[in-house]
Amino acid sequence: MDWLIHPFTANSFMVQALLAGVLVSIACSVAGTFVILRGLSFIGDALSHGVLPGIAVAFLVGLPGILGAAAGAAFMIGGISLITRRSRLSSDTAIGLLFVGMLSLGVIIISRSSSFSGDLTRILFGEILGISSQSLFLQLAATVVIIAIAVVCARPFLLLSFDPEQAQVAGFSTRLYHNIMLFMIALTVIVSFQTVGTLLVFGLLIAPAAAGALLARRIKIMMMWSVIFGVLSMYIGLLLSYYLNLAAGASIILVTVVIFFIVFVVQNIRSRKFIPTKEKDHG
Amino acid sequence: MDKNIYVHASSLDIGYKEEVIVPDINLELKNGQALALIGTNGSGKSTLLRTIVNLIEPLSGALTVFGRDPGSSPRRVAYLGQFHNGGFILPLQAIDVVRMGRFPVHGLLGRMRKEDDEIVRSAMHMMGIENIAVTPMRYLSGGQQQRTYLAQVLAHRADLLVLDEPTAGLDAGGRDLYLQAVKSELARGAAVVLATHDIQEEATICDQVMLLAHRVVAYGSPQTALNPEALLETFGIVVTGDKRLRVIESVHGHDHGEGQHEKHQDKI
Repeated sequence: MDWLIHPFTANSFMVQALLAGVLVSIACSVAGTFVILRGLSFIGDALSHGVLPGIAVAFLVGLPGILGAAAGAAFMIGGISLITRRSRLSSDTAIGLLFVGMLSLGVIIISRSSSFSGDLTRILFGEILGISSQSLFLQLAATVVIIAIAVVCARPFLLLSFDPEQAQVAGFSTRLYHNIMLFMIALTVIVSFQTVGTLLVFGLLIAPAAAGALLARRIKIMMMWSVIFGVLSMYIGLLLSYYLNLAAGASIILVTVVIFFIVFVVQNIRSRKFIPTKEKDHG
Repeated sequence: MDKNIYVHASSLDIGYKEEVIVPDINLELKNGQALALIGTNGSGKSTLLRTIVNLIEPLSGALTVFGRDPGSSPRRVAYLGQFHNGGFILPLQAIDVVRMGRFPVHGLLGRMRKEDDEIVRSAMHMMGIENIAVTPMRYLSGGQQQRTYLAQVLAHRADLLVLDEPTAGLDAGGRDLYLQAVKSELARGAAVVLATHDIQEEATICDQVMLLAHRVVAYGSPQTALNPEALLETFGIVVTGDKRLRVIESVHGHDHGEGQHEKHQDKI
């Protein structure tokens, strides 16, 4: 069984990658749980792609990509909020507009520059095997912040997911806590893009949480399953990448999606067995 | 203002943006009193409830809840809306939903204590759902879910209960438990405002009724407000024969005989 740990004992960069992956998995699982519960998958997807022009501009002017990602996310959230409040359009329409607009802008910026050939792959698919200690520390800090937000705002987040009107009547401002939730999701996307890239971070945000939702009867348990599936995906994805010489980010995300479908199939088989019992209960 | 006046409205216009749904509402609800808003779909019942809990702002006039602006006392107000998006989607057990009733009491970070667990259990007992406490919401029938939402409202131990069609989906047993629970809340000193289509049932527990048909058709005690003329204007139908007798008896007692108000012919 040595092959299961050999890549990590023999290569320090694999340990760094695993640590970064575990941190990103935890952050994505916490934020992803609320993405699933609150039905924010579309905005999660849009944010993960919409940060592209911000990162591209940051690289062009020599700033850290993470700053550009933050600016891109802030622009997206501000724009969505503005269009939703100042028009009769639904948030889905606003998200869609900004999503394609920002993605197009990112592609145009990249296509006009000759210095992006190597960086583009890094932006889109991440560079988990080349994570620096500084990036690792940043991910640790961001993960702590994300967990702190989820713990402090657990009640309003739960009410908001259950019934936004009830959250408002209970004294929790719907707008404030919705924006805090968006900030948490954006922070997750921003710090995760270095690990798995802007194209793939969305997979890590929803696949483990969605698999957790299929299994759990309580939200805490759902989050716990999500973390387990996320960390497992990281580990298996890195092993596959090491032994089969595959792209690490893509391997990890593919494993998360495969895990989701395994859980989905197992759950469906189990549910079929339980259907007669449920029907009996409800007469 | 009298501390016992929980809800007070004066020349209140309610609606959405510039569209007035119900103009010129005047009402006063004290502790221990219940007010039933009665009317057809779209008559303004839910709009008034949503205005009281500050989900929409009054268009004009004055409205106070506990002597302050609506929304100023979330710890004292429990609200049961008509729609709950999360009931079927979220991984929640019935007891989790009832526990949410304690969130406004403890706010963002206040710790839940043993007393809270007892209050939650008691609320579930009142609605007869202790046996489904750990059942996921998505496995519950519509009636069981409604009982759970009512238990959540009871768990709040609020001073003002605002209930939008609270008996929707309840079976006879559920309605009995609900009526007992409301009586118990009133005896505790809470006030209740509810929207309903069921004149007979609610009239037995309410001190006041307000008939709505895009205006206040009648407001006062059930004995004065639920008269055939007002009911005709509110519902656009005439209540006569056995049904009229049952309504009149439930509101006025048994002193009204068959054949009164003969000018209204049976149309239902």
